Amino acid sequence: MTELVERAAPEAPRLTFGWLGWLVIALLSLGMLYASWMLYLTGEVLLASLLLVATVGFALVFSVRRLYSVRFIYPGLVAVGLFVAFPVIYTIYLGFTNYSSFNILTFERAQRVLLQDKITAPDTERPFALTRDGTAYRVFLPEGEGGLLSEPVPLDGVEITVPASPVTTPPAELLAMREIVPLRDALALVSVTLPDGTSVKQSGLRTFASVAPAWRLEADGRLVSSVDGKVLTPDHGVGFYVDEAGQTVPPGWRVGVGFENFRRIFTSEGIRAPMLGIFVWTVVFATLSVVLTFGLGLVLASILQWPHLRFKPMYRLLLILPYAVPAFISILVFRGLFNQNFGEINLVLEALFGIRPEWTTNAMLARTMIVIVNVWLGYPYMMLLAMGFLQSVPEDHKKAAALEGASSLRVFFTITLPQIIPPFLPLLIASFAFNFNNLVLILLLTRGQPDMPGTVIPAGYTDILGSFTYRVSFLDSGQQLGLAGAITLIIFVVVAVIAYANFVAMRRATGGLR
Amino acid sequence: MIVERPRDLVWKKIAAHAFLIAFVALIMFPFLVVISISFREGNFTIGSLWPENPTLEHWYLAFGIPFERADGTLVQPPYPVLLWMFNSIKIGTIASIGVVIISTISAYAFSRVRFPARGAVLDSLFIIQMFPTTLALVAIYAIFDSLGEAVPLLAIDSHWALIAVYLSGVTLHIWTIKGYFDSVDPAMDKAAQIDGATPWQTFRYVFLPLAVPIIAVVFVLAFIGTINDYPMASVLLRSGENLTLAVGSRLYLNEFKYLWGDFAAAAILSGLPITFVFLLAQRYLVSGLADGGVKG
Repeated sequence: MTELVERAAPEAPRLTFGWLGWLVIALLSLGMLYASWMLYLTGEVLLASLLLVATVGFALVFSVRRLYSVRFIYPGLVAVGLFVAFPVIYTIYLGFTNYSSFNILTFERAQRVLLQDKITAPDTERPFALTRDGTAYRVFLPEGEGGLLSEPVPLDGVEITVPASPVTTPPAELLAMREIVPLRDALALVSVTLPDGTSVKQSGLRTFASVAPAWRLEADGRLVSSVDGKVLTPDHGVGFYVDEAGQTVPPGWRVGVGFENFRRIFTSEGIRAPMLGIFVWTVVFATLSVVLTFGLGLVLASILQWPHLRFKPMYRLLLILPYAVPAFISILVFRGLFNQNFGEINLVLEALFGIRPEWTTNAMLARTMIVIVNVWLGYPYMMLLAMGFLQSVPEDHKKAAALEGASSLRVFFTITLPQIIPPFLPLLIASFAFNFNNLVLILLLTRGQPDMPGTVIPAGYTDILGSFTYRVSFLDSGQQLGLAGAITLIIFVVVAVIAYANFVAMRRATGGLR
Repeated sequence: MIVERPRDLVWKKIAAHAFLIAFVALIMFPFLVVISISFREGNFTIGSLWPENPTLEHWYLAFGIPFERADGTLVQPPYPVLLWMFNSIKIGTIASIGVVIISTISAYAFSRVRFPARGAVLDSLFIIQMFPTTLALVAIYAIFDSLGEAVPLLAIDSHWALIAVYLSGVTLHIWTIKGYFDSVDPAMDKAAQIDGATPWQTFRYVFLPLAVPIIAVVFVLAFIGTINDYPMASVLLRSGENLTLAVGSRLYLNEFKYLWGDFAAAAILSGLPITFVFLLAQRYLVSGLADGGVKG
């Protein structure tokens, strides 16, 4: 009976939450709403609206019964959307801006930095003295017979504001100049509030002066200096405040510059030439890595599959060891072993052949080293995969060929290889894509060294496009993130082509994805 | 197998073993040298591969214990290796758990739940998965730089920012687990449905218990992936005590402060546990790798 009832309505089980579930959803939504509001306040409109969309989507998906099935993929889609898809789009956007260490802030933050600038007014300077109060100190500002004496300050390197009140006689014991000098760093953090409400800070070795904001914000967005009335106008074309003389005043902010970055890449000889060299090398490196690891892995797998071979498990274990050790450790070990002066590889080579190859300064040798290390790292993966695929080649095909008188090499190339290449192809393409962007290897092993001579932006012979972008953005060329974004767009195009090729190969290999 | 002449066979066997032994010797060279270096005095190569005056100095320092040399000088550990290891394991574990949760649920949905545009979403995930997160480093840096203004928990130099980025590496694992779920007999979920289970209950009580082996594989793969990451961690982490092993270890081989011996001991110490786990799990991993790549 009950079974019948439930069968009649299998589509209507309980799809909503208990009160606890609702509470969690409400709290999460509120938290995300708050975060997007805060983002909006800091001027990150794009990011804020994205988070807002995610929040609304979250609230809808988890409260509307019709969207029940979407609940399952929503977390995954948000993770991929926020940290893969959005960054990809955002990178492309940055490629059209002047984002760099000079123009790193948003307009609102740049404006706030300028408004927070304080200036000491020179005409309010007055001498001061220090006196001891137990372990603390008091600041004394003489005025006529007496003066103003501050509350005690510990002078322990923490920023502090203390009031001062009038006294009729100066404190009995004032510190000598040589005693004040060691305290000046801590003293610089002290603000004293005078009875009339003005705030004074140390302005010189012997003087205190009142401090005031350096800039005043006008209604039209211009900034007026409180000292000399200089006017700064925000210029959204270059992302800087500009004074009357046309000088830019840091910090700048991000503005769109159109195709400027791309123009630099394609017209500046000092960027285009190294970029082209790096691009060619990236393709060569990725191709070499795939071909060599695949070849070596296949040969080893074939030997390990040979029925007459003994100690197979031991060989197998030793051969996959390079894959088992975390790559970052192996790469750093090679960095040390290949060291030109104190490396063990040159020690051995000198003892055996009397040579000391210049692994770190010679471009060709450095590239050879990178390929050697990458093959060492990558062949076990190919070997493991090949062992799996080799097993799926029917034994009787090979037997039949051998009976016809084919040599074992011929059997391998005419029977075995054609059968394992199609399922292997998507994995080879994926491996190509991986090596095309094998940042970990380059960053840990060479960081692109040795550098090419005569480039506008530091570029190395062993740099691949990805590591070059990393250098442009974060290492030695002034964090030119906008330019890096433009280069990344070029990489994206290449990766997209590879991704599409893999997509097609995958469909062929499996006869459809689903 | 194919019948071969005995004389040829002997020679072939000798050739195969000779090749394998020579190759293994070449492959093992770095490991053996590093072990030797970790016991050698000082931080530079001094003429021999075998430590003549073996010392535990580098090992003391790797464990964070100051070492007193024979001449009485006290050497302080250069870097907090154990702290970095803890950071790496913490970030790796939390991120991998997150990845497992998200990818298992998503894989179930792609395999069993009907929702609008399933095919299109699946195809685009496959394409997106080819774009490594490291390519978007610039944007991710910019995102967390501004996100940190609003949510201090996700600022630059916060472990949670890094974990959030690692969570995005779910696409490949969704494919792996989906391949596994696709092979589950559809009669199972029909039966659950007839008994009145919601899709969520079907997932929780039928599919999740079945998926434990593949979940273990995905966990280990995700863990190794996060542990090995250098570019993302080097951009998002700043202060010395927050670094992961991969970022911190590089400091040992700085041109200006070259600590080869100290690095060797630290590398073995931190590499051993991960290597061990990997070797234990490798049989399952291999099938997982092939499935994720080939089966749909």
